[in-house]
Amino acid sequence: MITSPSLRYVAIPDREGRVELTGAWNLAALGKQINLLRSQLATYAANQGLHWDLKGVDSLDTVGAALLWQAWGERRVKNLSLRPEHDALFVGLGSTGEHVSPGARYDWTVPVVTIGESVLAFLSYLYAAVQLFGQLALDAAYLLARPSRAPWREISTNIYRAGAQALPITALLGFLIGVVIGYLSAEQLRIFGAGVYIINILGISIIRELGPVLCAILVAGRSGSAMTAQLGVMKITQELDALSVMGISHTTRLILPKVVALAVSLPLLVLWTDAAALLGGMVSAGFELDISYRFFLTRLPDVVPIANLWLGFSKAVVFGLLIGIIACQFGLRIHRDTSSLAIGTTTSVVTSITIVIVTDSIFAVLFSHVGLR
Amino acid sequence: MMNEECVIEVEGLWTRFGETVIHRDINLCVHRGEVLALVGGSGSGKTTLLRQMLGLEKPARGTVCLFCQALRSCGPDAMRQMHNRCGVLFQDGALFTALTVYDNVALPLRELGLLDEAVINSLVMVKLDLVEIAAADAEKFPAELSGGMVKRVALARAIALDPELLFLDEPTAGLDPERSESFVKLIKMLRSQLHLTVVMATHDLNSVVELSDRVAVLTDQRLVAVAPLKELIKLDDPFIRSFFLGERGRCALTGMENARLSA
Repeated sequence: MITSPSLRYVAIPDREGRVELTGAWNLAALGKQINLLRSQLATYAANQGLHWDLKGVDSLDTVGAALLWQAWGERRVKNLSLRPEHDALFVGLGSTGEHVSPGARYDWTVPVVTIGESVLAFLSYLYAAVQLFGQLALDAAYLLARPSRAPWREISTNIYRAGAQALPITALLGFLIGVVIGYLSAEQLRIFGAGVYIINILGISIIRELGPVLCAILVAGRSGSAMTAQLGVMKITQELDALSVMGISHTTRLILPKVVALAVSLPLLVLWTDAAALLGGMVSAGFELDISYRFFLTRLPDVVPIANLWLGFSKAVVFGLLIGIIACQFGLRIHRDTSSLAIGTTTSVVTSITIVIVTDSIFAVLFSHVGLR
Repeated sequence: MMNEECVIEVEGLWTRFGETVIHRDINLCVHRGEVLALVGGSGSGKTTLLRQMLGLEKPARGTVCLFCQALRSCGPDAMRQMHNRCGVLFQDGALFTALTVYDNVALPLRELGLLDEAVINSLVMVKLDLVEIAAADAEKFPAELSGGMVKRVALARAIALDPELLFLDEPTAGLDPERSESFVKLIKMLRSQLHLTVVMATHDLNSVVELSDRVAVLTDQRLVAVAPLKELIKLDDPFIRSFFLGERGRCALTGMENARLSA
């Protein structure tokens, strides 16, 4: 049914020749021949005076018309005869506005502007985060006075999701890290015949540093991203607006439960991860250095002051608060398009992890005299 | 009716979501060149039927043939060719939010891999011009557009490849009366220019009256009638009576008569 598109040149003595187009000039028919036809059209179009006869064209669609239009140099040729029903296509092509694609010229001020913009963006994030923290504190104070209005159900859901459901993965990770550190330390300590100090190394490093940081990084990746994405999608689907018009505050109903849940569940997760990591280290030490589990467990409280545990714990609370606030902050900043959701979630996780490590080093400096003999 | 060739043929189609039956033995033939309106109450499965015609969902039982090819037995290549011959206007536009208006319309053209940027440029501008989107708006992102503009850009994208078959899912929902009237005019105009076959699912009586050659009524899981509007309103079916001959329905129908008289 579809006749393939073709064109031929008819020479007329004493006058300019004629180009005759026949067949179906539409997308389906043009198909693979399009490049061949385009070059043929271009050769004929170079000769300005030619007569173009389109009367033999059975069907013409916008693609076919645009092909001709491009060959003619985006204007109608002088000598053109065509079927009346095809005329509208060329009229349409002639009346379009000019598309100005945004220029990609290199501007020397770009580096300066970029740096300036990122500094300003950082400040605005900081400002918004402090503001959010303040709002949460006010909300918390308000709810403490009226405990019946507190979003207990949401808090409990979030604790379950961010805490309870993270138990298996944190245990696995903690155990493996414990095994690895135990093994590596055992190798080194054996050289000095100081194998028994493996308990000090494992105890201090895990309880004071590794447990909280490891857990916080995992939770930032696991729950922080989920929180950002959830708030972002709620913004895109206008659920946040719906809550606003019902007079339900975002901070009390959505953000506070998340932040509180992280602040509660992260220390508990840290305790759990510490236990798993110490177990791993203990197994490792048992294999490598023949330190009995019983000896390991009785020795541990003697060599690791209890202050380390409290330090790890309080760090975990702070990390939980920070991850929660950062995740929600970025979630609220997502615009109504999909790429901003992707960027927002990525930035949220990266920022959370960075902030966790920065805060950890601040803790390390501030408490350098605590818990270490 | 023009010729009796079926562009879409639905045979013995059943749809179930879990235990609920949405469609019960649906048989439908969409003729080439006609505008078929698919009407029915909310939840009657209009959109689901459209999605099944597009191959986005598989019916529980029965076959859907597009251009005389059964969707079920189509390989990915055949499916792609088939989709190149169809244009779809989704209910909320479904524009790619990460792309500009221009790139949204250019995407199907670029995906063909046949056309160079200059041709694509003039095609996109023609399509945007056709749906009355100014060239100045071409570099905007969907988030910056009003609801009516989103619909029009989505229509421009749907007709980017000059499809033979156009699916419209609630084309006028969410538009103000004036906009929806101009949208209906636009589709009428496109139809005459591009020789389209149109299947539209709609609630809007005015667009049914203005556009449709035949109306298919989906209610109580069945297709109760497929007929031109004039014959349809003579049928004695409770849904048809309440839908077309209720207050709003009569308004739209008399509007049609008045317009015809004044013309």
